[in-house]
Amino acid sequence: MRYAETGYHLEIDLSRGNVERVETDPKLTELHLGGLGTNSKLLWDRVPPETDPFSPDNLLIFGTGLLCGTPAVGANRTIVSAFSPQTLFMAYSMMGGFWAPELKYAGYDKVIFRGKSPNLIYVWINNDKVEIRDASHLKGKGAVETAELIKQELKDPNVQVAAIGLAGENRVYMASIEQGRSSASRQGIGAVMGDKGIKAIAVRGTKDVNIARPAEFLELSNEVLKYIQHRAENPIKNVEPIFEGLGSPQEMKLIDEKWHTTGFMWGNARTRRKDYWTKDVEEKWKETQESMRTRLISCYNCPMKCGAIVSVPGLSTYMMKCYSKLTYTMAAFSDLDFGFRIAQRATDYGVDGFSTPQTMAFALELYEAGILTDQDMPGMPSDTEGRFYWLLDRIVRREGIGDVLANGTYWAAKQIGKGAEEFAHNNIKKHEQLPLKLGMLNPVYFLMYCTGEKANITQIEGQFPQEPFPKREQREEFVKDWIQVPDEKFKQYFLDWEPRGDNSNPHYPTAQMSCEIVDWMEKMHYIDDALGVCAGLSSFPLKPPYHIHNYPAFISAATGIDMDEAGLTQVYRRNRNLIRSVNVRRGLRRADEKPPEDHWKKRFPELEEKLLDAYYQFKGWNKEGIPTQETLKELDLAYVAEDLEQRGIIKNG
Amino acid sequence: MAKVKKKVKSIKIDLDKCNGCRACEMICSAFHANPKYSSNNPARSRIRLIRDPIRDVYLPVYAGEYTAAECMGRDKYVIDGKEYSECDFCRASCPSRDAFKEPDSGLPLKCDMCEDDPAQEKPLCVKWCLNDALIYEEREEEVEEEVKLGEMEVGLESLVDKYGLQKVTDTVARMSKKS
Repeated sequence: MRYAETGYHLEIDLSRGNVERVETDPKLTELHLGGLGTNSKLLWDRVPPETDPFSPDNLLIFGTGLLCGTPAVGANRTIVSAFSPQTLFMAYSMMGGFWAPELKYAGYDKVIFRGKSPNLIYVWINNDKVEIRDASHLKGKGAVETAELIKQELKDPNVQVAAIGLAGENRVYMASIEQGRSSASRQGIGAVMGDKGIKAIAVRGTKDVNIARPAEFLELSNEVLKYIQHRAENPIKNVEPIFEGLGSPQEMKLIDEKWHTTGFMWGNARTRRKDYWTKDVEEKWKETQESMRTRLISCYNCPMKCGAIVSVPGLSTYMMKCYSKLTYTMAAFSDLDFGFRIAQRATDYGVDGFSTPQTMAFALELYEAGILTDQDMPGMPSDTEGRFYWLLDRIVRREGIGDVLANGTYWAAKQIGKGAEEFAHNNIKKHEQLPLKLGMLNPVYFLMYCTGEKANITQIEGQFPQEPFPKREQREEFVKDWIQVPDEKFKQYFLDWEPRGDNSNPHYPTAQMSCEIVDWMEKMHYIDDALGVCAGLSSFPLKPPYHIHNYPAFISAATGIDMDEAGLTQVYRRNRNLIRSVNVRRGLRRADEKPPEDHWKKRFPELEEKLLDAYYQFKGWNKEGIPTQETLKELDLAYVAEDLEQRGIIKNG
Repeated sequence: MAKVKKKVKSIKIDLDKCNGCRACEMICSAFHANPKYSSNNPARSRIRLIRDPIRDVYLPVYAGEYTAAECMGRDKYVIDGKEYSECDFCRASCPSRDAFKEPDSGLPLKCDMCEDDPAQEKPLCVKWCLNDALIYEEREEEVEEEVKLGEMEVGLESLVDKYGLQKVTDTVARMSKKS
């Protein structure tokens, strides 16, 4: 019997209409765990690096994490992978919700799509029965509406549906895959789903997920629950409200948005409004939020309430999570009422709440600058909010200028020319970033922005505070119950980190310390993404219930695999290097690894080169950021080394 | 029949506090697995969350008695503008629906308040509901003594209802011969 995992993949060839249930190799679980780890192995093995993201040969993989569907609290993530049309590298967009556990209960760890369907279809997975069904009646329907229609059609309210909207159907690069309160939004993953002709995947499962050492596993899960309660009663002191608790940022619960609205940028990630948050604004926003937010909701098996049901009068109900509450609002210099309204339309269209508003703000800046003209924008309304709706409608349909903008700011700017590239200023690896601009370079963040394989800061940062606490006593208090540190030395790094003076940014933490801190944060994300545990209970917030000291026990008890901290660190390094190698084979080099030029006002080119050198060396990579033979061999990735050598990417010895 | 004191266990369900996570279903199915916690599967759970997010319907309901016949009519309730079917509130394991039946055998399930061995201080669904949508309460009542059917008897009864007594007896006889 297989434990924690089902031991089966569902392989669907859309060109042939063929469906197969394929047993997997348990050895791969030992090497890569599951989720992101085994997804990347499939991409390495089966998709040649020259494959176009919209080729039938690109795989679209819906992978569940190893612990999904077990009693492990918050293990509910689906990791969706393919080659990305946006970055051209490996996409691994993730979503919480209820879909991954349902797939496990149906008896599968992953659904792997290859080929392309000639007509729009949806897939109905009901335990052992799998059907490819016609979806022509769902063409053009919203993602939320599609899920509702499929549930009615299948006459089962317990079906979990992941669907694309109009944006995905039209291969808009910022298209998301929507699934109730969650979505896989980044890196153009919805466009790949649309390209394959898949409107939705509906799943229902009524089988068991088994645990190798049940009593032990339950005890561990109980401890996590207890720690979540402990953290709810003991918020972290001396930090902004947003850092106090667990979960993803509690945007649906919190009214106080001073930190985001005055610290982050408005418009096309350029304008800071330090005085925006006033009593009047707070009152108005409170009224809006409380009148439209019907209920705070969670994902599967998680006591947190990071999402909400939002009902805007006159519009159909939808679900929202986290920061999309503010992205449209701030990009359009508008207010929360507008944010909730336009997010309803955007969610049904199925678009990424980061890239989409930024692309629209970018378009309006180009218009103001005369680079886009009335000829490009025929009939566009005169008010900013009206313009946002106008642009959104065109982007998801690829109509007129919308067809250009649908490729995101990087590609759109290239196509528009006339200096438009200066306006696409907030990208890493061709992908839009958080609208954040700061003063002094932070060496730890510099490394994360540069080298994150996903080009998404929120999915690499987390364990180490973003900035030093002003007073030593505050720091001493913070480290007292910091059980999550992999090594005591991290406490010292934090204790000695000062807002000013010798021990401050950008020279402290030192290059070596920065590498170690980044490595710790990355490690936790890579483990989460292989296990399917939500970053909100692990790698993202300060002092989370899951950490490097209890994860090995979880994995051992769930699967029966002998796992300790050293072994788990090795799995992390293996997965990290495999994904890096997948991307290296697709051309990733040092030149791609840089933050937006204007991310910090104060930059230090020499120091930055030194940091990057130190990080590459720390990782066992060469000066171009490519894993060396020795590194790969040590991680059971000799076959990767051999391939890279054959391609002339690395040299032998 | 004699009057006896009986501890009445109840769970107060606050629909407004439910965040819809279904931890209750998960832990119920894990507790009732054999060996305990060796597997979980919400489809085996003795509590079900009737969940329809878009209409803001979040209704945990517990498995009660098995019944051989379904109701003649199915009424609808509208509460706070939200429509519920009568079945949504019903605890019965009944022929009209899949809920509260073992997915493989179709045998009925019933909430036992986690009185199983070892007895839990409170039902595990309550323990796992950190949002306090499920609150455990106990009170004493005087009731008439009654003979309760064991789990196997309830199961057998449902098989008899489905296949008839003769067929069940024949099958059991045949099976005992084989072994």
